[in-house]
Amino acid sequence: MKRNRDNGLFLLLIGLLLFVVFFFPFWMVLINSAKGPFEITNDPLALPTNWGELFGNIAKIWTSPNIQYQSSFFSSIIITAGSLLLLNVLSAQAAWALVRTHSRSSTLIFTAFVAAMVIPFQIVMFPLLSWFRTVTDFTGIRLLRSFQGILLAYVGFGMSQSIFMFHGFIKSIPLELEEAATIDGCSRAEIFWRIVFPILKPIQATVLVLNGIWIWNDYLLPLLVLGKGNEIMTIPLAISNFAGAYVKQWDLIMTAILMAMVPVVIFFLIAQKSIIKGMVAGSIK
Amino acid sequence: MRSKRDQSFVFWLFLAPVLFAFLMVLVIPFLLGVYYSFTSWSSDARDLSGLHFRGISNYVDSLKDPSFLYSFLITSGYTLVNMVVINVVSFGLALLVTSKMKGRNFFRAGFFVPNLIGGLILGYVWQFIFNSAIPELGTFLGIKAWADPNNLMLAKSYPALVAIVIAGTWQYAGYIMMIYVAAIENVPVELHEAAQIDGAGPFRRLIAITLPMASQAFTITLFLTLVNSFKQFDVNISLTAGGPSTIFMGKPIFGTELLAMNIYNTAFRSDNLAEGQARAVIFFVVLALIATMQVYANKKREIEL
Repeated sequence: MKRNRDNGLFLLLIGLLLFVVFFFPFWMVLINSAKGPFEITNDPLALPTNWGELFGNIAKIWTSPNIQYQSSFFSSIIITAGSLLLLNVLSAQAAWALVRTHSRSSTLIFTAFVAAMVIPFQIVMFPLLSWFRTVTDFTGIRLLRSFQGILLAYVGFGMSQSIFMFHGFIKSIPLELEEAATIDGCSRAEIFWRIVFPILKPIQATVLVLNGIWIWNDYLLPLLVLGKGNEIMTIPLAISNFAGAYVKQWDLIMTAILMAMVPVVIFFLIAQKSIIKGMVAGSIK
Repeated sequence: MRSKRDQSFVFWLFLAPVLFAFLMVLVIPFLLGVYYSFTSWSSDARDLSGLHFRGISNYVDSLKDPSFLYSFLITSGYTLVNMVVINVVSFGLALLVTSKMKGRNFFRAGFFVPNLIGGLILGYVWQFIFNSAIPELGTFLGIKAWADPNNLMLAKSYPALVAIVIAGTWQYAGYIMMIYVAAIENVPVELHEAAQIDGAGPFRRLIAITLPMASQAFTITLFLTLVNSFKQFDVNISLTAGGPSTIFMGKPIFGTELLAMNIYNTAFRSDNLAEGQARAVIFFVVLALIATMQVYANKKREIEL
């Protein structure tokens, strides 16, 4: 009995020690966001002398024309929310059409989508740019450096996995439900919107979480599709522009990073369970 | 009859948007990319009229380039080390947070949080830690090796690669841990109880029960860590930006330039789109090969167990 309790204490100590190690980078960001340029170089480990500086730094980042944090923040929200909305709706309806239609084309299309999951971004990224440019030349619709272009890109790169996850879930929904609705006079489209789509809620949560975290943090795709020095930037782009400059203002970089982390961490605290569940479910695709 | 036509109409209507995106973003760029890799594609000759066919010379040039070979070597090494470190750490963490310790849920959440932070951002955080916090910590604790500015991890190639492993592990371990947690919690309690009655200690039960029962999780985690390490780009850019420089095969090159970054730099910094694309094709083929081999080997192992 005694040995058991000692064991528990020992494990708790190890856990706490590891937690301190894991938490250390966050702690560094937090305390150094409340320092000035001299304080941060002289004493990066100490607590800030004046926590009020944190708000001063936040105000500087939020309004600085060099960083364009404000507009990047809203662009990031538009891009993430827009892509999520499109991915969720379009993948769900596509997956349903693929599950409920038994034909050669439906099998072929599904196989093609699944196969596309192994394609790394690197092999398509350069030709994507020249192809987008060609399309713009012919149609006049701007795809590079524009919202519609990056939304299209995210739908294209996110759809395979999303469809795959919806596909698996829809297969488990009994067909009787939809047959009953057909007898009641519902059209195919109505069946999807009124009956199937609401049932998909749990898997929608998974798809939203997986894609949301990916798109919000993504760097390479926005770097290529939106480009540097564009009016439209995402937060990772804005931070890399600012932090990649020759003179590193670490105090302000840390504040910008803190501001980028806080929304994600708040979101995590609110929806912790579905985030963890969603991300683990997404791995077992 | 009407319903059948209706069904086929709705089928294509519902699929049209994703098919469009699929063609625009994946299929056409993929085919163009393979084609471009055999041509003289560059920023000057972007449209098809200016292109001429160069056969496999982009591939030959890539394989002759020390910077590409070096990137290949360090990426392989990095991937191997990263896979081992992340999986060992994650499995350890998973054992810890599935034991009967207090506050397990708190610890689970805590270890998981770094995963929500993008690689680019966390790379800058770790750059600050390695360059400023560690030397200061060394002075504070009286550890001379840490305090010495000549020992900065990011100042030499191999230590800087280890730094990428550390930052990558910090980011990814909590996620992999969660997959192990799910697997460990799926092991029936009766198995452990029965083994305990038979006199098996905790270590014996770990080897004989937990590890084999979690073998499917290993397939997933090894696959995920392998592919993600091989594709590492964001942390590479923000933590080391490829530096410091080093000498390989008599040529000065970037000492921590992993493959994804080498591809990017070849295309844009050296302004050689065609060769960058050829490297991307090689990258894709290697990635597809090792991923298939690994899944195949693991499936076989799973069946044997």
